[in-house]
Amino acid sequence: MSKLNLITKGLIKDNPIFVLVLGMCPTLATTTSAVNGLGMGIATTFVLIFSNVLISLVAKQVPDKVRIPVYIVLIAAVVTVLQLLMQAYTPGLYQTLGIFIPLIVVNCIVLGRAEAFASKNTVLDSALDGIGIGLGFTLSLTVLGAVRELLGTASIFGMKLIDGDGMLAFVLAPGAFMVLGYLMVLFNMYKSKFTDK
Amino acid sequence: MEYIIIIIAAVFVNNVLLSQFLGICPFLGVSNKISTAAGMSGAVVFVIALSTLVTYLLQYYVLIPLGIEFMQTVAFILVIAALVQMVEIILKKISPSLYQALGIFLPLITTNCCVLGLAIIVVSKEFAFGGDPHMLNLAEAVVYSTASAVGFGLAMVLFAGLREQLELNNVPRAFKGTPIALITASILALAFMGFAGLV
Repeated sequence: MSKLNLITKGLIKDNPIFVLVLGMCPTLATTTSAVNGLGMGIATTFVLIFSNVLISLVAKQVPDKVRIPVYIVLIAAVVTVLQLLMQAYTPGLYQTLGIFIPLIVVNCIVLGRAEAFASKNTVLDSALDGIGIGLGFTLSLTVLGAVRELLGTASIFGMKLIDGDGMLAFVLAPGAFMVLGYLMVLFNMYKSKFTDK
Repeated sequence: MEYIIIIIAAVFVNNVLLSQFLGICPFLGVSNKISTAAGMSGAVVFVIALSTLVTYLLQYYVLIPLGIEFMQTVAFILVIAALVQMVEIILKKISPSLYQALGIFLPLITTNCCVLGLAIIVVSKEFAFGGDPHMLNLAEAVVYSTASAVGFGLAMVLFAGLREQLELNNVPRAFKGTPIALITASILALAFMGFAGLV
């Protein structure tokens, strides 16, 4: 697989949200606005890149039986670093995302990539894979956040587009499920255009 | 009285699945049948009740006195992983039938975010149950998290029931699988929003 391919596959082919359906908790919970979605995406990308690199470095030394606990501890360490960095430099975003920052540890995408990719590939490829999957995740979260913000508050990235209040339910829990459901339908329709001729 | 308020708040008003989005993976993954959904929920209630007890004591008697609260994430996930493993071994020994029923779900629980999520929530957020906002004490924390786990089970079983019915219907191709499940969940979440303001 070419290096460029590693980065772009996360966008459509291996999109973590729309195709693999992984990491649903932060996806639904933190996308109340485009900015929050983007923030969560970048935070997860950071963890993905560094955990992938660390795990590809140690994978050969770790006995097979204890590999999952070892991976989880490594990921938790990266997340702790991220928590401290965010507390220091982006306290506002850290407050809004709240519990979902420490919960990146149990995000299935991170452990999934560690197990499926980083444990078998070189450091550079693993880093690129982290970037690629992270990009796909960030993009999906931003789109989802933007749609919910648009429907819920009639604005995008905090800019008011239409005078009015919007439908509050889309910022709340039911809207998260509904917007993601319909976006997935659109994604499937777009994909089936290419797959069945 | 206070405990009844806590239980209602945790099960219905702040339902972990439908209003806090903790544990969505098993919610979408193992909710095809009522029996598996109930098995998973049983295992989750069991593990959450135990893990909150342990992580609460760990937070207040180890992490805070030593001034290493930033180690919370690492410490909690280790405790949960070890606990799940231990529960699995003990269950296998003392109650093979329960192990048969819950066995396959136990390893999945380590990465169920509602376990770690609840462990963190009960030691880091202030709650106001019929009084001034305060940090939860040990009993309240365990009751709150166990009730939340029961709420998880309630939503899981309801949703599995809906999905069993959904199987029999003719769903358009693009909606098959996860999309229609998400849209169904949205309607269920809308129903649970009706409980808001109850406590």
